[in-house]
Amino acid sequence: MSTRKLLAPQPNPETDAFWDGLGEGVLRIKTCESCGQPHYYPRHICPHCGSEKTRWLESAGCGEIYSLSVMRRGEGAPFAVAYVTLDEGPALMTNLVADDLDTLAIGQRVRLAPQASDADTVGDGPSLPFFTPSGD
Amino acid sequence: MSLRNAACIAGAFEHPTRLAPDMTTPQLHAECAAGALADAGLSLSDVDGYFCATDAPGFGPISMIDYLGLTVRHTDSTEMGGCTYIQHVAHAAQAIATGKCSVALITLAGRPRSEAVQRFRPGAPESAFEQWVGLTNHTSYGMCAGRHMHEFGTTSEQLAWIKVAASHHAQHNPHAMLPKVVTVEDVVNSPTIADPLHRLDCCVTTDGGGALVVVSPEIARTLNRPVISLLGAGEATKGPSGGLALDLTTSAAAQSGPRAFEEAGVTPADIKYASIYDSFTITVLLQLEDLGFCAKGEGGKFVADGNLISGSGKLPFNTDGGGLCNNHPMFRGGITKVIEAVRQLRGEAAPAVQVPNCDLAVATGIGGSLGARHGAATIILERQS
Ligand SMILES: [Zn+2]
Repeated sequence: MSTRKLLAPQPNPETDAFWDGLGEGVLRIKTCESCGQPHYYPRHICPHCGSEKTRWLESAGCGEIYSLSVMRRGEGAPFAVAYVTLDEGPALMTNLVADDLDTLAIGQRVRLAPQASDADTVGDGPSLPFFTPSGD
Repeated sequence: MSLRNAACIAGAFEHPTRLAPDMTTPQLHAECAAGALADAGLSLSDVDGYFCATDAPGFGPISMIDYLGLTVRHTDSTEMGGCTYIQHVAHAAQAIATGKCSVALITLAGRPRSEAVQRFRPGAPESAFEQWVGLTNHTSYGMCAGRHMHEFGTTSEQLAWIKVAASHHAQHNPHAMLPKVVTVEDVVNSPTIADPLHRLDCCVTTDGGGALVVVSPEIARTLNRPVISLLGAGEATKGPSGGLALDLTTSAAAQSGPRAFEEAGVTPADIKYASIYDSFTITVLLQLEDLGFCAKGEGGKFVADGNLISGSGKLPFNTDGGGLCNNHPMFRGGITKVIEAVRQLRGEAAPAVQVPNCDLAVATGIGGSLGARHGAATIILERQS
């Protein structure tokens, strides 16, 4: 596992439910009752149509790698930065975990693998939406 | 209203330093301002418009105008990352065309090699969802390169040709940070920083800066300098847009470029010299496609075999050595792109890389993070006869 510090996200009223969900192993994205389109990262107002009628939607936490880049230098290297396109539609920026980062490839199927962040003081912070190959 | 011939670049100055431990950032701004004004044949008292971005310390234009001793009637602190200063030229032309000022000074400076610099303001809405990812520019642009390779079969060797071309130009620039000519093998054999980008796919980090003076056409004709006129400008931004529009193989230059060409009334085939923002080799490749110098996906073939080298290639680019080999002050290559375009149009580039009869040039740039969210700015410049 990487030794780099995983910065704890700062809670705020717009996104608290996202972090609460992830603590229970659930990836919540937002969808819009006005235009019907989902989005990530979650906002109060829909970025597609401007409607306030957004609500939380449970993602199945499955998707495929859109692109990735393995950082080879600096603190905690190597680690994989990636975009994963969720089956529900939105792509999200994430870290991929795998025994061998060199086996990761664009198009590969991945699933949610929550990873604890490093709290500002001691112990664990909120869980982060990491992904890992799902083998399907 | 069109910006076509609305304003001219009368002064351009690139600070010769690449490492400035014994200077201050405001001092660098002031030296760049003095250099560009002297180049134009103007003085501080002629300036009535001032443009800067977040590299300017303190309270932006309010601090710097007082520090520099300016008296202005128009200010603009538009911020769009490294390409900001290309955009500032267009915004200065807008201000001049609407009578808000007649002599606009644009400055950039910073000392990232000599002091800790803050590059991002905290509190971005995406921060909680991205800061832990450890995204740096290397992985951001690496993801763009990786996706381009996946979709179009672009190779590391093709990307390397962009660095090779820049190095061929840098050998003729006595101020270049990396004046040594490199080969494709040198680039692909340099250590991988973030897949698939190697150390030599990356630009340099330098202390330094630059300045530009943009004036009304009437003033330009009174100065003892070639008249370099703005023909067209475009700007755009692009991001994942809620995750449904993620597309790492096309940049915002696909919008800023055509807007600039349309306003100018010229096409990419007319361009004699191109300044293309080169934070990484992939940055250049995407912009060449997005501006229409070649079709989407054909950038790898376009840049291969020295096609960007002045004198032998079809499209001479970044003849100062660019950010890849010469200078990328304060992590921002926008102003140096405009400065080298001005040199080419005046016939003042290094003789070995000067494009013959260079009367039409483009300067284009990307700001922010190409793989996350970014802006683009493009200007078309012409030497008036
Ligand atoms: Zn909506």
